[in-house]
Amino acid sequence: MLRVENLSVAVEDKLILRNINLHIAPGEVHVLFGPNGTGKSTLLGTVMGFERFKVLEGKIYFKGKDITGLPCNERAKLGLGMMIQRPPTIRGLSLRKMVEICGAAPAEVEELAQLMDMENFLDRSVNEGFSGGELKRAELLQLMAQKPELLLLDEPESGVDVENIALVGKAANRILSDKNHAALIITHLGTVLQYVPATHAHILYEGRITCQQDAPGEVLKCIEKDGYSACACKCCISRCQESQCGGVCLKG
Amino acid sequence: MDKQLLTKIEQVGYEQQGQRAASFVQSGDAVLESSVGQEQPLVLMPTGKAAARFPELVEKYWWKAVARDTDEYTAATAAAPEEQGYFVHVKRGQKVAFPVQACIFLNQKGASQKVHNVVIVEDGAELNMISGCASDKEALEAEHLGISEMYVGKGAKLTFTMLHAWAPGIRVRPRTTVLVDEGGTYISNYINMEGAEDIQMNPLTRLTGEGAVCRLNSVLVVPKGSHMDVGGRVMLEQQDTKAEIITRTICLGGEAINRGTLAGKAKGVKAHLECHGLMLSEEGYISAIPQLDAFTNDAQMSHEAAVGRIAPEEIEYLMARGLDEEEATAIIVRGFLNVNIEGLPSVLSEKIRAALDSFSLHK
Repeated sequence: MLRVENLSVAVEDKLILRNINLHIAPGEVHVLFGPNGTGKSTLLGTVMGFERFKVLEGKIYFKGKDITGLPCNERAKLGLGMMIQRPPTIRGLSLRKMVEICGAAPAEVEELAQLMDMENFLDRSVNEGFSGGELKRAELLQLMAQKPELLLLDEPESGVDVENIALVGKAANRILSDKNHAALIITHLGTVLQYVPATHAHILYEGRITCQQDAPGEVLKCIEKDGYSACACKCCISRCQESQCGGVCLKG
Repeated sequence: MDKQLLTKIEQVGYEQQGQRAASFVQSGDAVLESSVGQEQPLVLMPTGKAAARFPELVEKYWWKAVARDTDEYTAATAAAPEEQGYFVHVKRGQKVAFPVQACIFLNQKGASQKVHNVVIVEDGAELNMISGCASDKEALEAEHLGISEMYVGKGAKLTFTMLHAWAPGIRVRPRTTVLVDEGGTYISNYINMEGAEDIQMNPLTRLTGEGAVCRLNSVLVVPKGSHMDVGGRVMLEQQDTKAEIITRTICLGGEAINRGTLAGKAKGVKAHLECHGLMLSEEGYISAIPQLDAFTNDAQMSHEAAVGRIAPEEIEYLMARGLDEEEATAIIVRGFLNVNIEGLPSVLSEKIRAALDSFSLHK
């Protein structure tokens, strides 16, 4: 579904991502681990097509189509949808209207809002004065209306309490209930793994993917034990040796 | 009324068959309509006629809020041989359910239209006015001088909504003073999305009674070739008075000057001024000039002014939901203009919403 090949990306002339390769098939849920400032949001934003991320090299294919040069609205139409970590406020545009823009019929808006406990926010301006948890729920509400084939979540658990993470998980699972849908989820702490059935994990470290595995729980354990820098290679090697899992050590 | 005129004034809120308590239409110097609906509890007539009929009111209200010699425009209007404009009077305790509409149309090249409007809302009374001003395309190098004196009694409420659609080449000089007595409320909504060659106005609201409240909302779109120097001044003269000024300006290449002055002169006053501008053109400018004057040690006064372009991340955010760049920009602009105007009857808020929704960047 998504194929990223040799992707290098700069932001304001600073090289952030180097030579990224990533493949996500329909039905898979990938999580992307990595410390702060390592380029995780840059990777998601580049896949979505935000202009401030400049592709220096490489290609992005979605459903077989080269989307590297497409504006983000075209990508949204093809089936990409992203939850932004710190979305801007759009004053004067109601959340209700926004959910309709995302593709919900007016009658459907209330129903989706109930699922996210957002009924009382529908007639407020999008994101204006929303708390951390409300921002996430508003984002997921929009994505449930958008029903993207590839769901991109940027740190869904950051700054929210357990109840809100559960709601985020519920929404993500609803979008992923279509077995052909897939997801790429950035997580810093891994909490989201308890709510979303992740199938693959990657570690992004200093702008490179240093580990790719099909056992997200194992990778998380490894990170918790040894930290990102040490485990990025170690956990891959040890797992490969133990079980020939197919994990690839990409460091060094 | 000819069709062209009707179309023009309909754009500024006039409704021939609408739910209106009373209607006044003046084109050039001619009064085309001055009518009050059956059993509506108010008086509406041309100002000149009212002056002849009610000398005691002239004594009390004419040129009392605005001095004749304030400037050359008030002097010229005061000296006009015949008094033009409208007079509206709602007596004590009467509540006018439907809006009263007043339209002033400028139709002649080189004309100098001088109107003197007097609005009296007595103690405990309520009135909603929708005032539309427009001009004919032929009315070049013309000017409109509009003197308005408004009196809001104790516990009374006046909502005054102005929709302006002047053609290029018109000079506009409104001179307005509103006096709000104890516990009274004055809400002004000023919407001008067409511009004009040259508008200069800085209406004064004096909160002369304890606990009086006023709110001034303005939405301005300033196209190339327009000079709009538009402000609002509120004097909080008595204890516990409150005022709010909210302005939204979009510059499409013209010159916009937004002035706002709040003066707190008594104990317990609260006032806030919010002035936001959006530059959508490489040409023109927005100059936001907020001013706060506090004369007591417990005045609570604040202002917030921001001028800039649309943040690219807002556009991208909407694009990531499937809108193209142009649609996203239009939605953000409409949202920016969508001032939360409270306390309006639905018929008026729908009118304003329609005016805002019809705004297009590619006029």
